[in-house]
Amino acid sequence: MSKAKAGIVVFPGSNCDHDAYHVLKNVLSVDTKFLWHKESAVGDRNIIILPGGFSYGDYLRCGSIARFSPIMKDVIRFAGRGGIVIGICNGFQVLCETGLLPGALMRNENLKFICKTVTLKVENNKSIFTSKYMIKEEISLPVAHGEGNYFCSEEKLTALIGNNQILFTYKDNPNGSVSNIAGIQNEGRNVLGLMPHPERVSEKILGSDDGRRIFESVAESVI
Amino acid sequence: MFTAKITITIRESILDPQGKAVEHSLKSLGFDEIEDTRIGKHIELKINTSSKEEAEKISKEACSKLLANPVMEDFKIEIEKDVKS
Repeated sequence: MSKAKAGIVVFPGSNCDHDAYHVLKNVLSVDTKFLWHKESAVGDRNIIILPGGFSYGDYLRCGSIARFSPIMKDVIRFAGRGGIVIGICNGFQVLCETGLLPGALMRNENLKFICKTVTLKVENNKSIFTSKYMIKEEISLPVAHGEGNYFCSEEKLTALIGNNQILFTYKDNPNGSVSNIAGIQNEGRNVLGLMPHPERVSEKILGSDDGRRIFESVAESVI
Repeated sequence: MFTAKITITIRESILDPQGKAVEHSLKSLGFDEIEDTRIGKHIELKINTSSKEEAEKISKEACSKLLANPVMEDFKIEIEKDVKS
């Protein structure tokens, strides 16, 4: 039995929270619970997931208001001392707004909401998030976003490349992201943000389990 | 009472796809003189304070903390004194 204890943060407007909960709790048998955004602490959780959705209606900028939810203060503290945090889609946007990950997610270059399965390349498998993938392995994950166009300064991009922080890239860039970036980790290697949805493809019965190994890698990293 | 009129736009160095789409549409309507189009957000804040400087300081702080994202956006602030007050 894994020592992992997952907490799925629920913001008003989160809509992939139950998918993430289901994968961790029922597919991987990880001790998992929801954390309402008004809670003040992550408690005994050692993996925090910021799920996809449209927190606060995506008003102002995606993730900008969720970033100031009461629980986020403790999530930032938790990440600061090495706690594992994964932000999926809207969760990635929240992580960029908090500054736990560099850069920002802008409107897709073609101005469309993109909802389709895309091919990703695993650029680095020496991370707690990707250890169960092969290097340069191609996997298929669904994306569903209007603002997934990753942007950062050239200086930040050089650092991302130099520190092996880019974990996933798009094979055919759907949204205009710099360097085809689909998912990155922080410098401390304990925070992951990605636009595609691994929680939607974690069981063969749903068509694919290409995303499952992200959760397996992380759950196993907790000892 | 002061009103802060805030304009937030995507930074000059970054492609603004909305602006570009609208620019193309304007060109196709014959507006050949229009060379650049950028789209942004307009936010108005009513600020209850006694000096213009203080209103400006508060607006700047609100922009830096929440209203604009310095990674990709620039902001401009205009402060007006409310005539009624």
